[in-house]
Amino acid sequence: MKAKVYVSLKPGILDPQGKAIQHSVELLGFGGIADIRQGKYFEIALDDADEQQARESVARIAREVLSNPIIEDYRVEIEG
Amino acid sequence: MKFGIIVFPGSNCDHDAYHVISKQVGQPVDFIWHRDTNLSSYDAVIIPGGFSYGDYLRAGALARFSPVMESVKKFAASGRFVLGICNGFQILCEAGLLPGALIRNRDLHFICEHIYVRVETSDTPYTNELQTGSVRRIPIAHAEGNYVCDDETLEALRRDDRIVFRYCDADGNVTAAANPNGSRENIAGICNDTRNVLGLMPHPERACEDLLGSSDGRDIFRSLAATLALAA
Repeated sequence: MKAKVYVSLKPGILDPQGKAIQHSVELLGFGGIADIRQGKYFEIALDDADEQQARESVARIAREVLSNPIIEDYRVEIEG
Repeated sequence: MKFGIIVFPGSNCDHDAYHVISKQVGQPVDFIWHRDTNLSSYDAVIIPGGFSYGDYLRAGALARFSPVMESVKKFAASGRFVLGICNGFQILCEAGLLPGALIRNRDLHFICEHIYVRVETSDTPYTNELQTGSVRRIPIAHAEGNYVCDDETLEALRRDDRIVFRYCDADGNVTAAANPNGSRENIAGICNDTRNVLGLMPHPERACEDLLGSSDGRDIFRSLAATLALAA
């Protein structure tokens, strides 16, 4: 079983790296880019066969390690 | 009184802090490896600057899970003194011992330069020998020093006089231009609600001798030593 965790900055938290990336994208010639926000992506391989159990474990990992709830949100996807 | 300096893999200001406590403050001090958990012989611990765990994931995020940190939480809860400098401040925020978070500097740069901070309160064990409103010239050296917190936290920090240092200009004016990293309300250092835990981004341990360009940081360590001497 594989879990995917996406961590993104909460709305309103400054993302200067995202701004710098957006600037580079614009230099490449792309107009009409309203905003770019940088996030983090994790793949977690699990031995756990029970999906509900896996979901709970990964949610806790995401909440307590992978993200800082003061500045970041997370989203978990489980693949069988 | 006895001081301990906690050393994580990647700490790099541990020896500076050790030097200041042993030579400038003149008190006994030990290094404490992050796997050690016995803090019973210490009155104050310093979490020094550096790049614990290479700043992997987020600055301070992995150090929070080192075995010593559970002991540091109990140490702080017992009323003893915890000083986090730079990466130490980041670790204390990640560990929940101080509120808020430190994110990437507004302008992305790693900033290494002397800046000015204004002492916002002398009512802490770390600033009782400094004057409220006085200006100190102390270096910063960080890429993630932009202090963020929600409105409720900011209100509590203000109400309880827990904002200890603010970035300012040479005359003590707290202005946007004097804010090096985008920190909310120019915050450079805060304490917890019981005032025994302090975190700050500037490096007072690098400003304790005139030979180093400033000795403005020395009184922070001397304040703490004076507090400990009174308590003894």
